[in-house]
Amino acid sequence: MPITKRRRLAFRTAATCVAAALGATALAACGSEDAGEDSSGPVSLTYWTWTPGMDKVVDLWNKGPGKKDQITVTVKKQASGDTLVTKILTAHKAGKAPDLVQAEYQALPTLVSNDAVADIADEVGDAKGKFAEGVWQQTTLGTDSVYAVPQDIGPMMFYYRQDLFKKYGLTVPSTWEQFAETARALKKKSPDTDLTTFSANDSGLFAGLAQQAGAKWWTTSGDKWKVGIDDAASRKVAKFWGDLVKEGAVDDQPMYTPAWNKALNTGKQIAWVSAVWAPGTLTTAAPDTKGKWAMAPLPQWSQSENVTGSWGGSSTAVTTDSKNKAAAAKFAAWLNTDGDALNALAKESGIYPASTSAQLSGAFTTPPDYFSNQPDFYTKAAEIAESTAPSAWGPNVNVAYTTFKDAFGKAAKDKSDFVAALKAMQDDTVADLKKQGFEVSE
Amino acid sequence: MSSLAVGKADTAAGAAPGTVQNRPPLRRRIALIPTVTLLLGALYCLLPVAWVVIAATKSGSELFSTFTFLPGTGFADNFSDLSAYRDGVYWEWMGNSALYAGLGALLSTAVSAFSGYALAIYRFPGRETLFNVLLAGVLMPPVILAIPQYLLLAKVDLTDSYLGVLLPQLLSPYGVYLSRIYAAAAVPADVVEAGRMDGASEWRIFSRVALPMMVPGMVTVFLFQFVAIWNNFLLPYIMLSDDEKFPITLGLFTLLEQGANTPALYTLVITGAFLAVIPLVVLFLVIQRFWSLDLLSGAVKS
Repeated sequence: MPITKRRRLAFRTAATCVAAALGATALAACGSEDAGEDSSGPVSLTYWTWTPGMDKVVDLWNKGPGKKDQITVTVKKQASGDTLVTKILTAHKAGKAPDLVQAEYQALPTLVSNDAVADIADEVGDAKGKFAEGVWQQTTLGTDSVYAVPQDIGPMMFYYRQDLFKKYGLTVPSTWEQFAETARALKKKSPDTDLTTFSANDSGLFAGLAQQAGAKWWTTSGDKWKVGIDDAASRKVAKFWGDLVKEGAVDDQPMYTPAWNKALNTGKQIAWVSAVWAPGTLTTAAPDTKGKWAMAPLPQWSQSENVTGSWGGSSTAVTTDSKNKAAAAKFAAWLNTDGDALNALAKESGIYPASTSAQLSGAFTTPPDYFSNQPDFYTKAAEIAESTAPSAWGPNVNVAYTTFKDAFGKAAKDKSDFVAALKAMQDDTVADLKKQGFEVSE
Repeated sequence: MSSLAVGKADTAAGAAPGTVQNRPPLRRRIALIPTVTLLLGALYCLLPVAWVVIAATKSGSELFSTFTFLPGTGFADNFSDLSAYRDGVYWEWMGNSALYAGLGALLSTAVSAFSGYALAIYRFPGRETLFNVLLAGVLMPPVILAIPQYLLLAKVDLTDSYLGVLLPQLLSPYGVYLSRIYAAAAVPADVVEAGRMDGASEWRIFSRVALPMMVPGMVTVFLFQFVAIWNNFLLPYIMLSDDEKFPITLGLFTLLEQGANTPALYTLVITGAFLAVIPLVVLFLVIQRFWSLDLLSGAVKS
């Protein structure tokens, strides 16, 4: 298993696998040795999640399939983000992690390499067909194991002010080259208006854009990790945005600030490179411009291509601390593949489901309220979701993201070289991997 | 405002022995700079508070679109939305915070008073070593202890419980330090000796004689601890997983971090933050009385 930490973990996992090979018949798979043992009798599970309204969805389970199987799930609502990963790892150190956790895709390798989440391939393997390949691959990390069930995804899209594009005589860009031209044309017509901003605060956005360009930031070969943050594709993306910022064609202010909200609401910024969840953000950020926006596929690097990146999205994982892994995996599969559950998730929590069958049913047959002017919003979204490029996350995404914020933030402020900032990101990530005891190939 | 400041400066000068009376211009210039500095300092501290107060009155659509310091119309809606969020979990957070901070500060003050008094009054081997260890504890930020404390409490199954948050905050090195300093200054050794002569037990001397003398100092310790626990974030964050046991700091954080696809509930967070400040303000206003008592007792002693 190349993705485990050599010093701390490889030995333990290896020992389990050897035991399995020597004919310990009860072992279903490496790492899930006590799954299935306690499945008789009532089981109660705890679930750490940040999804709003999740308790209502879980109620459906507790009153329906869960009641039949005597599996009760309790939601313990958490705050999202990197801090939750730290909290899970701390709890795992004490052997007290909950049975189920919500984890962003980029956090899974960290959890796996710390042996915090269990392999549930035997319990949820059948669910594979319900998800796009690129999405499912994020939960297997390219191995035969399955570490989580995908819940929601964030395929990236291009949002723009329909009315203002018409007013300034702009066309919706289908390539990044046209995107740059559009930004410049807008500057000429209205110097105070920006097409969009490049925010150095949101590493997820840049990661998604690099993913679209074909970057693979973390890969494994044999026993070694390879870090490709400073690869040709990422450099292309960094240079593209760096040049736009330098010549002043796009703004360089962070997103999600009151100033940014105001810029969107007043038409000072007329487009936004975002993901499928943008309607929710726009509803609060730019309430006055409801119905004036439209969504289009992300611009491409060449006319013939059709790929997008992803920004956000999360999965449901079962922890190694759980005493009822089989029951927990059963719930995780139900939550993310059952029609009723997915409908409830869409209604109560407003998530965009990873399960392809749910992307066009129930709540997704009508466009979001904010985009009532675009009736085919979700049909288009499902098509775009299908074109999501595979992503490649590693065990220290948090380190890369922190350096991104520092290095790109500084570069955006000084209008200096973005490619050099990318190099800093690469160096910090490699150094941290080595420090953590992983083998890294140069 | 400046007339007020000048008036103050005049009384101050008047109270001083009359040496500077023949040079009024210089005196005014001296008074002006500190006044302006203090006013700037006050503005610096109060502007964010004013922002929170005013932003709490704005509805979601007004929050980022109207002028920053223009009051909005949404306070009642914000308040009822906040109260309705997850069946009123906000008020549970508020109650939890009151419990953690109130009970925690009370117990912590008791621990500080006992140990501070013992360290100040009794002579025993290792006293200075013990005190120095405590002093080192003052320099240690409590933040770095949160994870070890979690791992220790996990061994006795006290994580995710009220005790898990209360216990680690009972011993406050700073509180013990203050209590010792205060007990040494406020409780004269003669008084303790006199108590012993009269045949009072050590407990009686402490509770009837020394403690009343230490009250003003203990009020300070209580306030410090109360504010420290009320504002504490990392320890409850690591310790608790059930959001019905969360204190207010943690609760507001979950409102803010709802995941990438859900916008942060800014209006609720701001209203929640505003309401969470009120108990602290009330506490300070109420306890101010005891602080003036502090000065008074100092005067009596000398």
